[in-house]
Amino acid sequence: MKFDKILLEHGGGGLLSNELISQYFLPRFQNPYLERLEDSAVLTIGNQKLCFTTDSYVVSPIFFPGGNIGSLAVHGTVNDLSVCGGKPLYMSCGFILEEGFPFASLEIIIQTMAEAATEANVKIVTGDTKVVARGAVDGIFINTSGIGIVEYSGILSVKSIQPGDVVIVNGTIGDHGAAIIQARENLSPTSDILSDSAPLNDLIAGTLQASPNIHCMRDATRGGLGAILAEIAKSAQVRIDVDEKSIPVRENVLGLCEVLGFDPLFLANEGKIILFCPESDAKAVLEAMQSHRYGRDAAIIGGVCKTEQGRVVLKTSIGGERIVDLPTGELVPRIC
Amino acid sequence: MKFIDEYRNPAIVKGLLKHIADVAQRLENPVTIMEICGSHTYAIGRFGIRKLLPDNIRLISGPGCPVCVTSTRDVDIALHLASLPNVIFATFGDMLRVPGTGGDSLQKKRAEGADVRVVSSADECIGIALSHSAKEIIMMGIGFETTAPTIAAVVSTCREKDIRNFSVFSVHKIVPPAIHALLADPLLKIDGFLCPGHVSTMIGADAYRMMPEAGRAAAITGFEPVDILEGVWMLLQQIESNKMDVAIQYSRGVRPEGNTRAMTLLHSVFETADAQWRGLGTIPASGLTLRDEFAAFDTMKKFSAPDIQTGDIPGCGCGDILRGIKLPHDCPLFRKVCTPINPIGPCMVSSEGTCSTYYKYY
Repeated sequence: MKFDKILLEHGGGGLLSNELISQYFLPRFQNPYLERLEDSAVLTIGNQKLCFTTDSYVVSPIFFPGGNIGSLAVHGTVNDLSVCGGKPLYMSCGFILEEGFPFASLEIIIQTMAEAATEANVKIVTGDTKVVARGAVDGIFINTSGIGIVEYSGILSVKSIQPGDVVIVNGTIGDHGAAIIQARENLSPTSDILSDSAPLNDLIAGTLQASPNIHCMRDATRGGLGAILAEIAKSAQVRIDVDEKSIPVRENVLGLCEVLGFDPLFLANEGKIILFCPESDAKAVLEAMQSHRYGRDAAIIGGVCKTEQGRVVLKTSIGGERIVDLPTGELVPRIC
Repeated sequence: MKFIDEYRNPAIVKGLLKHIADVAQRLENPVTIMEICGSHTYAIGRFGIRKLLPDNIRLISGPGCPVCVTSTRDVDIALHLASLPNVIFATFGDMLRVPGTGGDSLQKKRAEGADVRVVSSADECIGIALSHSAKEIIMMGIGFETTAPTIAAVVSTCREKDIRNFSVFSVHKIVPPAIHALLADPLLKIDGFLCPGHVSTMIGADAYRMMPEAGRAAAITGFEPVDILEGVWMLLQQIESNKMDVAIQYSRGVRPEGNTRAMTLLHSVFETADAQWRGLGTIPASGLTLRDEFAAFDTMKKFSAPDIQTGDIPGCGCGDILRGIKLPHDCPLFRKVCTPINPIGPCMVSSEGTCSTYYKYY
């Protein structure tokens, strides 16, 4: 469908975001690296395999339980590199600041970024600042790019997924989205919901060491577990069966979803990956994840059953079945 | 009690399915049950309940999604109001993408510069009105007896606090007249109704007496899997014994007389008026309009109302789907032309819309 103007929904990580990329950017920037549409581009320069990625951060509110826009900007890029098998090394950062933005807030954000970079063992080696007139941005926007080296021998890609693979997630889903909604709606929570924003490079390095046969990893950010699984199923042309009961969700996140009418499957994560590997390696992968602080609640949530029309089928908690597809529309609470 | 786990308990679900299968086996004829409420349609899809039922028990969806039953004319008026200069147009999120004539929507109006704001609760409008005293705030009042009292409360507050830059564009509807219309529809063959739990907390169980009187089974039902399956079982028992009644499955929320305080508030601000329903046409006394003493808060009286007389979108099957005469798959546009990205009718937009639920979950 053709639109005259960009809608907010084009940025939602759902169907319209996909259309925006595939209809506008891909045909014009056409090249085999971009066409893979993975979280990072994997490039070979000389004998060295490198991964390279970029992401912009416009989160609102900029401070939320469990982090702020600065930590998010480091974690997001570190994770995009890591899920492609990369060891993140260096990052850039670009700041777009609104006239009148408080220095006190900026200092906290930069300090958090520095701490996040230290934890992830990456260096911020280049950057840029721009200041625009009041109203031209909402406080602060940050762009980060990152580069890393790829040492993993296997090919991590949606195209490597095989029937018989199991699907593993490294912990509870929806924490980040729920934390943001809670902060945005000014809800006074009875139990604190914290964003899961975290650097996963160490967890992923340990996991890759535990199995040489991992087929694919994806960062389950915008659009949540549901959108990423639906995207993978379509792209890999496989059927993914998921068992709702086995998906880890925190009780307080589930409670918020029940009250406001959200589905945790489609809430954003900032510290969660989805991993595909042969069933024979599942135990080793799971153990490696569970031994790490960012993977304690890791679980097998489903499997790739057979190659047919690309789709995700969820076995519901009461034994029914439903399709999980790319979300459309902005996330809105129910109206009656 | 956490009110989630217990009502999704697989063992209880299994037990109820067994009861349902037992009754279903003894029934001579297939049974058609309509869930009136959009939240039921959504829950049935989300939990995959339809497939768990015996083949001779058919669930069809009714006109209980307030977004879906809003006529194209009312959507066109909303689009007009949102485009007026100096207006902040507040709406519940589900209305954003509903297409008016020619595919225009509040979402597109917003991208063109209209100040359209999504609110989760009508009382957010009071804050918006106070902080934008030079602007006119129009709230699109949509929903059934569940939502209307909250809008009534905001209108009351605005009158008390002398907030003059707020008005309501009311497309509110009430449920009982629509049920009368359904019962009178000769095309519709329904044996029993799953009645809406939330609306019933307001209007009470007595509001459904016309169902058993018309020989139809009725059960007011909650929204969890155990609720819905127990509701189905209650309906089947009524049908098997031919003793029709209004059963209250959702007893943790519903009383026979309803919430009289909320209904009093509603009727102090609103009065009934004829209303256009998509699919059902104009139903006498089925809408809510502001009483004369609240005329200052009635958008249609405050602004020169445009003379928009558009009909429903040609080719769109939402009308028949809302009456339960057709399923989404029977509509020639479904999945082909009409998709969640390019919704032709509102049933494809709202998360509780029948077409959207079928598109997503089946």
